[in-house]
Amino acid sequence: MNRDHTSPSIAADRGWTLIFLAWLVAMVATLGALFLGEVMHVPPCVLCWYQRICMFPLALLLPVGLFPFDRKVVRYALPLAAAGWLVAMFHQLLIAGVIPESIRPCTQGVPCTDQFVTWFGFLTIPLLSLFAFTTIVALLVATIFRGPK
Amino acid sequence: MKKTTLFIVTLVLLLVAFVIGWVAMIAQQENKAGQQLSAAKTEALGRLQSPMLGRLDAPVVIVEFLDPACGTCAAFYPLVKEIMAANPGKIRLVVRYAPFHQGADKVVAALEATRKQGKYWQALEALLASQETWAPNHTAQVDLIWKQWGGLGLDLDRVRADMLSPEIAKAIAQDIEDARTLEVKATPEYFVNGRGMPSFGEAQLRKLIADALRETPPR
Repeated sequence: MNRDHTSPSIAADRGWTLIFLAWLVAMVATLGALFLGEVMHVPPCVLCWYQRICMFPLALLLPVGLFPFDRKVVRYALPLAAAGWLVAMFHQLLIAGVIPESIRPCTQGVPCTDQFVTWFGFLTIPLLSLFAFTTIVALLVATIFRGPK
Repeated sequence: MKKTTLFIVTLVLLLVAFVIGWVAMIAQQENKAGQQLSAAKTEALGRLQSPMLGRLDAPVVIVEFLDPACGTCAAFYPLVKEIMAANPGKIRLVVRYAPFHQGADKVVAALEATRKQGKYWQALEALLASQETWAPNHTAQVDLIWKQWGGLGLDLDRVRADMLSPEIAKAIAQDIEDARTLEVKATPEYFVNGRGMPSFGEAQLRKLIADALRETPPR
């Protein structure tokens, strides 16, 4: 490492790592969604599509902020991650039955409450999505607080 | 490790994992398609209540899961009829339902009701031919199908009454359950003498039927 290591560069390194991790989550989620949809032929429901709309750009957008490191990428990525998180949360509430049938937007095609895949008895695709968005939002927010003021 | 290296290595690893998974999946699917179905699936494949076309003792049986509102089903239907015509007496077609489109379950119920008047195949063909009229934007509208059946001599009031019968609801529920058992996720899906297509396509379907015809001894 450099000997003239000043605190802003440490902060920058930390910020870089956080955004790199956020990208890693987004990339795994994107490839996972593509694998489920295109390889395993699990049909995505409407809400899944809205979550994909938020997740896929993150996999491309976050690396732009990594090379060269640009903390401002958080400004552009956070709205996507937050919107995706809201949809994922809505999806969970729908599956749990908290949100009543009448305001369900998924009448066409695949019902959003259909659970095609369940791993270990509890892990469903929408739950994975919620985990991914939560992690990304947390990492991006952490980048703001860890950064130089 | 340098940041660039870390990024590129991670990206490559993820992509490689994706491709390996893909290849493994294709291999598994091809393996599965070549095999005969399990006992549970064989049972799910052959229900006696389903509409059938062709000789009962035909050596080749095509079980087709379809949705009358599905565009590809309409496009493939003439192909199956053409292959059947080219091999008279050798192929039996069994129609099962996988009503995946919105509203298609009601259309299927109406279609089933036409069997009581002996007009099933005419009704099915009329629906497939006029699909865009009664299923705009992939949404089946049962109110629009009656016009398509105008020239068939069906008693439409009787169809409307019969389609509500519990037997029809039961038959459709059975089909949907069997489609799930057989892992039918898209329509049309074909099983020829118990074998599925390795991947979807006209060439694959033709080959599957040709293979089944070749395997059966000439009479």
